[in-house]
Amino acid sequence: MSNRVAIIGVGLSKFGELWEQSIVDITLEAAMVAIFDSGVRGADIEAVCIGNMSAGRFTGQEHLGALAVDAGGLGGVPAYSVEAACASGGAAVRQAYMAIRSGEHDVMMVLGTEKMSDVNQTEAMNTISVASDWEWEGMFGATFPALYAFIARRHMKEYGTTEEQLSLPTVKNHANAAHNPYAQFQRPVPLKVVMGSGMLADPIRVLHSSPVTDGAAGLIMCSEEKAKEYTDTPVYIESSTQASDTLALHDRRDICTMDAVVKSSKEALEKAKVEIKDIDVFELHDSFTIGEITLTEDVGIAKKGEGGQTLSDGLTEIGGKFPVNTSGGLKARGHPIGATGVAQIVELALQLREQGGGRQVDGAERGLAVNIGGTGATSIVHILGR
Amino acid sequence: MAQHGVAQIWRRIRAIYNIEGNTCKTCDTYYFPPRPVCPTCRRKGVLEDHKFKGLGKIHTFAVVRQAPDDFKRQIPYVIAQVELDEGARVTAQIVNIDPEEVEIGMRVRACFRKITQAGTAGVIVYGYKFEPVLKVTGHSYP
Repeated sequence: MSNRVAIIGVGLSKFGELWEQSIVDITLEAAMVAIFDSGVRGADIEAVCIGNMSAGRFTGQEHLGALAVDAGGLGGVPAYSVEAACASGGAAVRQAYMAIRSGEHDVMMVLGTEKMSDVNQTEAMNTISVASDWEWEGMFGATFPALYAFIARRHMKEYGTTEEQLSLPTVKNHANAAHNPYAQFQRPVPLKVVMGSGMLADPIRVLHSSPVTDGAAGLIMCSEEKAKEYTDTPVYIESSTQASDTLALHDRRDICTMDAVVKSSKEALEKAKVEIKDIDVFELHDSFTIGEITLTEDVGIAKKGEGGQTLSDGLTEIGGKFPVNTSGGLKARGHPIGATGVAQIVELALQLREQGGGRQVDGAERGLAVNIGGTGATSIVHILGR
Repeated sequence: MAQHGVAQIWRRIRAIYNIEGNTCKTCDTYYFPPRPVCPTCRRKGVLEDHKFKGLGKIHTFAVVRQAPDDFKRQIPYVIAQVELDEGARVTAQIVNIDPEEVEIGMRVRACFRKITQAGTAGVIVYGYKFEPVLKVTGHSYP
């Protein structure tokens, strides 16, 4: 049996504050687009796996698997959601990858969804905080931006990373998102505006942080053999890996390095039998800009401590050697928590199919996505090829 | 909300009030909060309670300017990772100092404070915060 799993359909809902739409509406939208993109019929889908962090708190509704197949008229197929905080979407992709590789299912639908704007700011902040170690971090007043500020301040102290470098991912990712019709923010933003934006938790500013977003993403995945029945241009998941670290940031060996990312990305490259220089396009989890900086180091694009300089050198821009977050990333595409990991795979698939429009990376043949949960307690890596 | 349930706070009181964690006698590592299993030694680990001295230095920190309702009254406040002298790091607020004067490496000691209150009628949580050490206590800056 083939080691690879094919992606034959991709879909996104609009990302943003979608007051008119419920979690069912956006999830169904992404699912429909993915189904029509793939050419499969509803009856071909054997199971549905959904990435979602906290619909129970954000909307009051859990049990999304049954909800989705019911709403979509998919009948009695198995359906369930998986949770790994901000890495829930990546976890859903990985569950389907394993189910298809095991031979249990041939064709699966993967969804990622989060409806965040139905609650007020305090409830949204508290809900996001439970992705960290709530009892020992959040309860003492460590907001999520504060935890990333811990990393940023330490990175600045140890490696001389500057406030300007902390702002560069925002400028780059907004410029990329200007070419992404699904992105929440499709406008470039000048460096001066980023550096002058309001402080959330020094040194993290509003424009260093991903927004509150409603959105959903979908994939149709199947075995390599089956893919040929539906499309001549499938893209493939070459490897899928996952690692964990301590839940609380204060228990880490080194708060500037996400060991789970180092481990899972190294394993992903080994399993796909490629090196980092063979990767043409990246989606790295930039829930906060310091996250993009440390992830470029942890996956091996930059040496430890040089993530900021890599940005200054333009290495991670489209046209650079290692384009990162062509979609706009979490910062500009938006970060509907459970949808993000799936949306990253959608972007890589579009890039490998050369459907990236104004943000296309020329001749992209291989892509790598890192989806992290919490402050790096979960890391899920996928490498795609064509 | 569940995270503000009385029982959920009550059963952690020894840790939250007294900075009581534990130590693994096999690998000589100190843990706070107390761990159910030593992650290094696992079944070979021998865990004993340990009351931390409450002295340490600031490993990193943030000045929080936007917070959920339970903390809004305290804005701006300093939250830090304090590296305790025994080795464990703990996330806690830094008080009795102007936020602008907080620095990485600064010596601090634990103090007992109100942490938060759940809404207007909810449980009041007390526990540890940290403050700069005073020269009179003999724990001066390095």
